[in-house]
Amino acid sequence: MGKPHSEVSGAKIMTRIKSFLNSDFVYRFRKDKVAVVSLGIVLVLVLSAVLAPLISPFDPYDLKSIDIMDSEIPPVWDENDGDERFLLGTDPQGRDMLSTILYGMRISLMIGFFAVLLQGILGVTIGLLSGYLGGKIDAFFMRLADIQLSFSTLMVAIITLAIFQAAFGAELYSKLAIFMLILVIGIAEWPQYARTVRASVLAEKHKEYVDAARVIGMSPARIMFRHIFPNTLSPILVISTIQVANAIISEAALSFLGLGMPVNQPSLGSLISSGFEYIFSGSWWITVIPSFFLVLLILSINLLGDWLRDALNPKLYKD
Amino acid sequence: MQATLVMFVISLIGFSIQDNLGDPLRELVGQSVSEKERDALRDRMGLNDPFLVQYGRFLSNAVQGDLGNSYFFKKPALEVIARKFPATLELVIGATFIIIFSSVPLGIYSAIKPNSWLTRFILGISIVGISVPVFLTAIFSIYIFSVELGWMPSFGRGETTAPFGWDSGFFNGDGLLHLILPSLSLASIMMPLFIRLIRSEMMEILQMDYIRFAWAKGLYPKRIWFLHAFKNTLLPVITVGGVQVGTMLAYTILTESVFQWPGMGFLFLEAVNRVDTPLIIAYIIVVGLIFVVTNTVVDLLYTWVNPTVKLVGQKS
Repeated sequence: MGKPHSEVSGAKIMTRIKSFLNSDFVYRFRKDKVAVVSLGIVLVLVLSAVLAPLISPFDPYDLKSIDIMDSEIPPVWDENDGDERFLLGTDPQGRDMLSTILYGMRISLMIGFFAVLLQGILGVTIGLLSGYLGGKIDAFFMRLADIQLSFSTLMVAIITLAIFQAAFGAELYSKLAIFMLILVIGIAEWPQYARTVRASVLAEKHKEYVDAARVIGMSPARIMFRHIFPNTLSPILVISTIQVANAIISEAALSFLGLGMPVNQPSLGSLISSGFEYIFSGSWWITVIPSFFLVLLILSINLLGDWLRDALNPKLYKD
Repeated sequence: MQATLVMFVISLIGFSIQDNLGDPLRELVGQSVSEKERDALRDRMGLNDPFLVQYGRFLSNAVQGDLGNSYFFKKPALEVIARKFPATLELVIGATFIIIFSSVPLGIYSAIKPNSWLTRFILGISIVGISVPVFLTAIFSIYIFSVELGWMPSFGRGETTAPFGWDSGFFNGDGLLHLILPSLSLASIMMPLFIRLIRSEMMEILQMDYIRFAWAKGLYPKRIWFLHAFKNTLLPVITVGGVQVGTMLAYTILTESVFQWPGMGFLFLEAVNRVDTPLIIAYIIVVGLIFVVTNTVVDLLYTWVNPTVKLVGQKS
């Protein structure tokens, strides 16, 4: 990871891209088929989720386009009942599955991304502070992290959201659900980042460039964020991929329990949850297809994270 | 020390929920009582007392095991939870058995034969296992084994017997059959984690000097793998295991809700839907207690297994 340059001209960017493409990192990436395929899948899924309003055939939020007569139509490849308007069939309310899944994935990814962003901001700040300043601040935060890690995130999230739902009432809660999910998942996992960052800060702290920065009188804040922080980026990158996958799983689990996204604005988890009761009556696609996309998304992110961890871990340089 | 502090915080949280969620007066007398009578009642029940006094009362009741009556069941909340506790416990025990008896051999195998195709297969399956949320495993195991094949029951605990005074599914065929799918799904989320953990720890330990010395001494491979190396692999596994007990408790809520398993997690979800405040608080406190106790036990166990670790405050 290079140091950030404040003014980078066009030509410089080109050479940097070129040197990046010729680097060891990219070479090893190209050689690993699993990593390439999973990156491809993640990119396609993320892109289609981001572009959902443009590419999805229907707008699942638009009540006018939904016809209850279209409900529970199986996917196109079912020869008897398939309807070519609905590529992946429809759900019990007559919504097009493909569109609902695209919109649902958008919400799942959004929650995953922002929750991890929140975790990252909290965790990195706390990690830098307690690693660099040490002393009482360090002891306090690390004790706090210990306590928080000893409780499982999912448990804390379930209980917190359950209490909020009971306190606000379901109506108001369903409007705030997306923010609550981001907040709860975001706050629950900061110790992961804080510990990782603190460990690398402790390793960096006594290097010469930090001493040099201190000697010329830079403020601790500047040293922490401009000088040490860039050198802790690679472990942050590794945990971030895994954390995004975890956040999406947590969100899906919470929505499945009815504590997450409401049915009229479904994420992948609430789609699976609303299809669950229909699986016994033979309408398997309402549950199976969103589950497939959820697993595909998480699996590819996890595989990518695994590869990244191996690639950025200097201990494992072998061939 | 830390444990007491945590329990103190949990009791504070529980109390503030009780304070803010719903009006106990309305639950008691309904809407038809005049404002004046309400105030009088409030005074008599001590609802107008200062915060600390009320909290003190809550705490002293809680320590004596009185967390209020459940609105729905009209019974002490703790009693309601205690009746459901065995079901959850059996689920956790079943899952733990599956986890131990599958992840230990698989983990050891993939560590001592890192390049065999079976290892690759185990690792591949394990990353898929991590990526499938536990409720999906549960749903699909119901779909395949109950709906399509019809081999397994899809919900509930089945027949239970009570040889030791609590309802248990361990001692008859039907109860055990009902236990299989839920505990498998519960185990499925933890298994990959433990396989990978055991594998990476063991591989690290197999590189160490004392193992090389053991090879040089000409000990049997089995003795080296299972006695010398595996013993030291257990250390981190115990720590992680302790933390995972808590996580597993959270996943029981998911598994129980899919399988309609009449345990604590299912009860908690129902309580949330009914805004049954005393029951919610009782659940939180019981769960908090379980977390604190398991963490303490793990700490103690750790010092026992690894004598080089000293507890805080212990004299060396």
